Amino acid sequence: MSGTFIGMPKFQTAAKEALGNSQQRRNLQHATGTIRRKRAGVVDELNNWDELRQAGAAIKDNVLSHLDTYLVQLEESLTQAGATVHWAADAEEANRIVTSLVRATGAEEVVKVKSMATQEIGLNEALEVAGINAWETDLAELIVQLGHDKPSHILVPAIHRNRAEIREIFLREMGQVGTPPPTGLTSNPRELAEAARVHLREKFLRAKVAISGANFAIAETGTLVVVESEGNGRMCLTLPETLISVVGIEKVLPTLEDLEVFMQLLPRSSTGERMNPYTSTWTGITPGDGPQDVHVVLLDNGRTDALADQVGRQALRCIRCSACLNVCPVYQRVGGHAYGSVYPGPIGAILNPQLRGTTSDVDQSLPYASSLCGACGDVCPVNIEIPELLVHLRTRVVDEHRGGIPSGEQIAMKGAAWMFSDHRRWEKAQKGAELSGRALGKKDTIGRLPGPLSAWSDARDAPTPPAESFRSWWKREKGDPR
Amino acid sequence: MSTRDDMLTRIAAALEGADRIPPPQREYGATTPLPDIAATFVERVEDYRAVVERVNPEGITAAVAATLTRATRVVVPPGLPREWVAALDGAEVVADDGDLSPDELDHFDAVVTAAAVGIAVTGTIVLDHGPDQGRRALSLVPDVHVCVVRESQLVGDVPESIAPLRHAVDAGRPLTWISGPSATSDIELERVEGVHGPRTLHVLLVSTDHPLPPA
Ligand code: SF4
Repeated sequence: MSGTFIGMPKFQTAAKEALGNSQQRRNLQHATGTIRRKRAGVVDELNNWDELRQAGAAIKDNVLSHLDTYLVQLEESLTQAGATVHWAADAEEANRIVTSLVRATGAEEVVKVKSMATQEIGLNEALEVAGINAWETDLAELIVQLGHDKPSHILVPAIHRNRAEIREIFLREMGQVGTPPPTGLTSNPRELAEAARVHLREKFLRAKVAISGANFAIAETGTLVVVESEGNGRMCLTLPETLISVVGIEKVLPTLEDLEVFMQLLPRSSTGERMNPYTSTWTGITPGDGPQDVHVVLLDNGRTDALADQVGRQALRCIRCSACLNVCPVYQRVGGHAYGSVYPGPIGAILNPQLRGTTSDVDQSLPYASSLCGACGDVCPVNIEIPELLVHLRTRVVDEHRGGIPSGEQIAMKGAAWMFSDHRRWEKAQKGAELSGRALGKKDTIGRLPGPLSAWSDARDAPTPPAESFRSWWKREKGDPR
Repeated sequence: MSTRDDMLTRIAAALEGADRIPPPQREYGATTPLPDIAATFVERVEDYRAVVERVNPEGITAAVAATLTRATRVVVPPGLPREWVAALDGAEVVADDGDLSPDELDHFDAVVTAAAVGIAVTGTIVLDHGPDQGRRALSLVPDVHVCVVRESQLVGDVPESIAPLRHAVDAGRPLTWISGPSATSDIELERVEGVHGPRTLHVLLVSTDHPLPPA
C-alpha cells in the first residue's frame, strides 16, 4: 500500500499509454506553461535568487549531516510545547500510529490538509480499512478523491483534469459523501470552487480530528509550518480538537530564522507568487487557541536509506515545490501517473528509487524517465543536481543487476557525466543509439546481449533505444528544446 | 530496540564518515532598499486583489464603519481597541470570550483585527495572535476580514519579519501569514479568490510618522 501505485508497470509502458491521451496532454501543457511563466516573473524580481538557492541548499545540507542531533532537539522542543512525538520506521508503522490515535478519540472521520507524506504512506486507504473516513480538503485533492483518481502533480494534483471533467465529477460524486453541489452547476471555476466551499464547510465545522503534514519543522522551537492557498489548511489546523501531523524526518530546519530563506524560495518556485495566500505555524499546544491534543509522527520510510547514499542524499533537500515538473519535457508529455508514485517528474525519478529501493520494474525504469536536458536542475530552489543524480541512479540500477562483474553499461555510465555536460555530445551519442535502435528493428525490447552487456541484459528486458531520440523529436516538433 | 532508537541508529550509520556540514553564513545579499515601504506594501497587497486603504489614526473608526456597512454581526478579539468598532451602524459587535464554537463563528459576517507585521515586498500581513488579533479561528471563519496594520509595523522583506515575530513564537503562540484573500488555482490554473478562508480581505494601513492630511 505504500509508495508504488498498485500493479504499476514500468515507466516506459505507462508513458506509452499516457501519450495516447491528448486531452490530458493539452491540460498539462496549458497548466505547466502558465506556472512556468509566473515563476520566471517573480524569480526575476529578486536580484539575490542564486544566493538564496545556495543558502537553501546549505541549510538543508547542514540539517542532513546532523539529522540525528536535530531530530532529538525537535522532539525535545515539541514535547516541551505539549505535543506528543511518535517515530515511524515505515508506512505501515505510521499508518498504525495514526489509526490508533484517531480511534482513541472515538471519531469516525478526519479532515485532511494536503500532504505528500500521508499520500506517500497511503494513509487514506489505511484509515478506510479501519472504518474511518478521511476527507481531503484541498480543492485539487478533493477532485482527485471524488474522481477515484490518482494525483498527477505535486502542487496541483488534478492538473490533468479540465473544468468540464471536474464539473462532471462534482455532480456525480459530491452528494454521495455530503452536501451536493447546486443544481445548474456550470463549469465556471468560480462556481466549482463555491460548490467545494459549501461542501467542505459542513465537514470543517463538525470535524474533531485533523491530519496534516508539514512543510518545515523547526528544531529549536518545535514549530511546525504549513504553506497553502485556500484556507483549508487553516481550517484543519485550527478548528478540530485533535491534530496529527505526519512529518518526514528531512523536513527539519534548525532555527526560526531559516524560514526567511525558505519562505522566499518556496512560494516563488511553487505557485509563482511572491507569497502564497496562507502560511500557518504552530508550536505544540496553545491554550485557548486551536487543537489541545497535538501529535507529530516523524516518518522514515526509506529516508535513512537515501541518506546513506553520499550522492543521492541531496534529494532529501527537496521542498516539494514542483518547479522541476513544470519545466520537464518528459513530464509535460506523459503526465504524472506514469511515474507510479505520488512524486512524479524529475524529483520522482530520483526520489522514488531511493525511498523504495530499485526492486520493482517501475523503480528500475524511473532513472531513465528523462532526456537529461538539465532544465530541472536549473530551476530547483535548493540546487539539487537532478541530472547527475539520474545518471548516478542508472549506474546503481545497473550495478545491482550484474553482481560484481564490471559491465559495459557501468563503464558507459562513468563516461556519461562527461557526455551529458555538453548537450551536443549527448545528441551525437543519442543519434548513435537511434541508429542502433533502427538496426534492432521492430522488437520492443532488447533480449540477451553479447559480451560485457550480457550480465545486465540477462537480468531484465531493456527497452530498445527509441528510433528517434526525445531531443530530436522535440527539436523537430518544437524548434529549440527549451 | 524502539523505533526511535532504531531510526537514530540508522541515521548515525548513514552519516558515518560523512562530512558534518556547519550551518551556512548568511551571505545571500541584502534586499534592495525600498524608497517607500508603505507604497510598496499597498501595491503588493492590491496585487492579490485585496482592498487597501490608507488612513490617519483618527480615521480608523470611520474607515472600519465605511467598510462594514453591510455587516450585521461582527466579532472582534478581546484586546481590540473598542473605539475602532464604535461607529458601526446597526451591527451587533461581539467580543470573543474564547467560548464561541466554530458553528457560532460561522454566523458572523465579519471580523476586525489588528496585525503584528506587514511585509512590503511580498504584500504579506502576519498575525501573531496577540490580544488585539485573537485566536486563529476568529480571523478564519467569518467571510470578511478587516485588518488594521500600522505603518510602524511594516518591514521591507521576509528576512526582516522574523525578529519582530520571534517573541510570539517563543511564547508558544501560532502565526498566520496572510497574502491576500483565500485563493485557488486548482482548476486549469485559473485563479479564483475565496475558497475556505475569508473571501474579502480589507486592509487599513494606518499612518504613524506622517499623518495624512484630512480627506
Ligand atoms: S527537486 Fe527541487 S525543483 Fe523539484 S520539487 Fe524538489 S525542490 Fe522543487
